[in-house]
Amino acid sequence: MDENSIVDAETAEASDASEGSSDISTADRQDVDQLLPQLVAHLGEHRTKLRQEWASRIQEARLLQAMTPQEMAAETTSVYDNYVEVLETGSVEALQQYAQDLSERIIPRGVETNEVVGIVLLLRDVLARSLFEKYQQDFALLNRVLDAYEPAANRIANTVAVSFVDERERVIRQQQDAIRELSTPVLPVRERLLILPIIGVLDSERARQLTEQLLAAIRTHRAKVVVIDITGAPDVDEVVANHLVRTVDAARLMGASAIITGLSPEIARTLVTIGVDLSKMNTIGDLQGGLEEAERLLGYTVTRQNGPAE
Amino acid sequence: MTVGPALVSILRQGSYLIASIHTALDDSQMIRFQEDLIEQIGQYRSRGVIIDVAALDVLDSFGSRTLRNIAEMARLRGALTVIVGIQPDVAFAMVELGMGTGSVDTALDLEEGQAYLNSRVSQSPASAR
Repeated sequence: MDENSIVDAETAEASDASEGSSDISTADRQDVDQLLPQLVAHLGEHRTKLRQEWASRIQEARLLQAMTPQEMAAETTSVYDNYVEVLETGSVEALQQYAQDLSERIIPRGVETNEVVGIVLLLRDVLARSLFEKYQQDFALLNRVLDAYEPAANRIANTVAVSFVDERERVIRQQQDAIRELSTPVLPVRERLLILPIIGVLDSERARQLTEQLLAAIRTHRAKVVVIDITGAPDVDEVVANHLVRTVDAARLMGASAIITGLSPEIARTLVTIGVDLSKMNTIGDLQGGLEEAERLLGYTVTRQNGPAE
Repeated sequence: MTVGPALVSILRQGSYLIASIHTALDDSQMIRFQEDLIEQIGQYRSRGVIIDVAALDVLDSFGSRTLRNIAEMARLRGALTVIVGIQPDVAFAMVELGMGTGSVDTALDLEEGQAYLNSRVSQSPASAR
């Protein structure tokens, strides 16, 4: 479909008309003004029947299976009404609002983009078929009715799809922010000893943030030893590995020695394969070993009293 | 070369020299500082040098290279150098400039630097803590 016709129905109507002949565009405009109310009246009249047909088509296509039949009935009714309203008023704002609201409700339930687009296109199809049926005696009239109907219908489908995708992206952004915020805690465990557990995928943005927080924390806590535990990091690429090396160096420049713990076999293999120079890094198998080494460096000795403490 | 007032105060404390850089130095000022410091190491028979850069929030490649050179020259003159008070941003920038671990000794602040020198310089190494 011509993109303009989706974005702006008015231009679309004009361009649709000009495809046939530019002379009749004014006539067409009048047609649209007259035909749309007719259309709306028709759709209003057969509301129940068309809505049910649409619902059964949705079920046939096995879309929206996450919803119960009752919810489906309620949603299809309001989508239908909104649809007709857009055809009547030509303004998509109310629909946009509704689509956004609907997306907010159904995204957490795992409804996919193709389902949402699918049901709107089904409705478009159901309504178009009913128009075919109604105007099948008069092809000229049918053509004009479709000319009026198509751009508006496209605009609706576009609005719903865009609202849905926007909402999804908003959710994704929100989650990314949340992950970023809670992803890099720097924890003081003993005087002058910090632990930095890294959980989740390290991308370059996170790695940068991590360095910043670590160096700032070394300053605030006057840390002498930092244990960086990467047990929770599933994978490390070359860029991030080099960044890690630089972070350790920077920590050293600030007077803190860093111990890296929890290198998984995969990460160890990756690092050796890509040839990152880790000879200067102090690595120890697990966090426990790292802590023990850190305590040794700081001169702590931890002893257990005989018998359980009272 | 030694013209104008010294921009870096170089203080003698026991067998150590303590130099704190208060403001960003340009290349010639940096060279001037280097000469003064190396000169004084011989003059006072210093065993250790602490360079405090806590007031610097930027350090260019020339600056970091000069610091490294100072450390090396001081070593040749019999003094151990430790650089203290490197700010987080400066630390990372220095690493980016290829001046990572190994090239210089560093410590968190003046106090730590002194403790570090004490543990390294004295004939009978003081036990840590």
